[in-house]
Amino acid sequence: MAEEVKLMKGNEAIAHAAIRCGCDGYFGYPITPQSEVMETLMAQKPWETTGMVVLQAESETSSINMVYGGAACGKKVMTSSSSPGVSLMQEGVSYIACAELPCLIVNVMRGGPGLGTIQPSQGDYFQTTKGGGHGDYRLITLSPSTVQEMADFVGLGFDLAFKYQTPSVLLADGVIGQMMEKIVLPDFKPRRTDEEVRKECPWGTMGKNGRKDRNVVTSLALESEVMQETNNRLQAKYKAIEENEVRFEEHNCEDAEYVFVAFGSVARICESAMEILRAEGHKVGVLRPITLWPFPTKEIQRLTKQVKGFMDVELNCGQMVEDVRLAVNGQVPVGFYGRQGGIIPTAEEIAEAFKAQMVK
Amino acid sequence: MTPEEIIKPENLVYGRTKVLTDNIMHYCPGCSHGVIHKLIAEVIEEMGIQDTTVGVSPVGCSVFAYNYLDIDWQEAAHGRACAVATAIKRLNPETNVFTYQGDGDMAAIGTAETIHACNRGENIVIFFVNNAIYGMTGGQMAPTTLIGMKTVTCPYGRNTDLNGFPLVISDILAKLDGTCYVTRQSVHTNAATIKAKKAIRKAFENAQAKKGTSVVEFVSACNTGWKKTPIEANAWMEEHMFPKYPLGDIKDTVKGSQLSDEEKNAKY
Ligand SMILES: Cc1ncc(C[n+]2csc(CCOP(=O)(O)OP(=O)(O)O)c2C)c(N)n1
Ligand code: SF4
Ligand SMILES: [Mg+2]
Repeated sequence: MAEEVKLMKGNEAIAHAAIRCGCDGYFGYPITPQSEVMETLMAQKPWETTGMVVLQAESETSSINMVYGGAACGKKVMTSSSSPGVSLMQEGVSYIACAELPCLIVNVMRGGPGLGTIQPSQGDYFQTTKGGGHGDYRLITLSPSTVQEMADFVGLGFDLAFKYQTPSVLLADGVIGQMMEKIVLPDFKPRRTDEEVRKECPWGTMGKNGRKDRNVVTSLALESEVMQETNNRLQAKYKAIEENEVRFEEHNCEDAEYVFVAFGSVARICESAMEILRAEGHKVGVLRPITLWPFPTKEIQRLTKQVKGFMDVELNCGQMVEDVRLAVNGQVPVGFYGRQGGIIPTAEEIAEAFKAQMVK
Repeated sequence: MTPEEIIKPENLVYGRTKVLTDNIMHYCPGCSHGVIHKLIAEVIEEMGIQDTTVGVSPVGCSVFAYNYLDIDWQEAAHGRACAVATAIKRLNPETNVFTYQGDGDMAAIGTAETIHACNRGENIVIFFVNNAIYGMTGGQMAPTTLIGMKTVTCPYGRNTDLNGFPLVISDILAKLDGTCYVTRQSVHTNAATIKAKKAIRKAFENAQAKKGTSVVEFVSACNTGWKKTPIEANAWMEEHMFPKYPLGDIKDTVKGSQLSDEEKNAKY
């Protein structure tokens, strides 16, 4: 059978992919530029087909705690929002990480700080990869650069979340959320039955249902030793994720003397800048981290031995560049070019910035 | 008669419910929390719903409620129990879901979650322990603290210019179309305890019948926070708390009953 190709926005792709991957529940609160996620879900009425619950909450505080409640049952639940709304969720995210619950959080980023702008941004890199909420925790962070990846990373995000019992974040810039592209939607996967949920998540709290011991989902550990043990367990898990789940994509890095590092929509513009610069004789490649955490530190360290420098480009004031510099550890120059406020740089601007900073 | 002759199954008039665990409760002697736990546990046993009930504990003195009732539990962030319970119930319609919350948890930091769960008419039960103080954090002012009542953050008595007025949250919740049953009870005497237990059962039955949200408020004593003996605390509660928070049913109906079918099915 020929694959069914559809034209849709990134936000719509997330909604369709959620229904198709067997998601049990979505809880959200409207905010530009991602409101189409819930709007599409409500129009699709999946509760009449797959039985998926879709609920508009009274705030992002509430939606993330609904996600906590659903995830603690072992159910496949998600929320989506944009930057200010995700800030409001941070307490809940920290609780979910500590309670070791799987879930998917979609952040279609807009410009901040503050109420900022509804225009696209990548300003929540720090918030997502460095914490955001309180305490020592990490979030698996997937960064799509196409509408196809918006759809694909919903299923992948859930798979990783359940594999490691930890939240996944789909961190998209507003460009990918609003942009329309051709995509092939993932195949339908049925929702798990309650029996299957109980089997996969024996810790879930759907009622004892004949179980001898009660299940309790909590993030509280008043005794210091118990809390330290929790921290150690979390850190061991994060280490395993760092070892096994790094994802990235490279273009023309084999012979590159300089490498652009960029994620999301910007990585695609950097590819065009690379073409311009290659035509002028500069041996340039592009490294696109797909997982922002775990970060492709080892790959950057490998390239450091080969290249004369890196050029980091972001829709913010310079956030991921700190991780690039940590990996490079001063061995070669690391340039940075950033635009803010929703201004998307052209390939020409990026190429000029590269030449001004890197080729002297 | 020897003790052996008396202690026989057929002579048993009152036993400890098996829904209570053997864990020793951490509550102060004289505290209402323990009695309320016991009543909820007894109702769960009597209704035969131990295997299908999920509790949501708050942040407050009852954060460890999950140590005492042998059912599945989730511990929610401070104030968020009603949002958590909403999702549990929506995703598992066959379960019996309740929150157990203090006045700070339910009526200060969690006011929005509480009001909106009630307004949606979630088929859950909210147990609300109103002791007019923040017990867990050392006796600070609560939204329900009485005018003139001393706490460590209103050491000269709650002053309305500085602190506003006691929040009679159950009266507000009763006004919402989504609630079906809002009642105010106490557990300071045997008679009160019997009534409170009936209210607990009715609340669970309402949720099973999908009638809407049920709220059972317990006007409670926090003798430690109030700096009183248990006996003094109960007397003080009768004298000062009951006039502001009178016992009895505030509302008993079915969600949306105030609306006509035409209003409910309107399309614009
Ligand atoms: C976000 C957040 N803010 C503050 C606290 C601290 N805190 C813990 S319990 C509590 C008040 C509890 O009072 P109440 O809900 O009335 O319960 P009680 O202890 O009286 O039963 C506060 C303020 C917290 N845990 N989380
Ligand atoms: S501090 Fe108050 S509410 Fe907390 S256990 Fe003691 S008496 Fe009960
Ligand atoms: Mg209190």
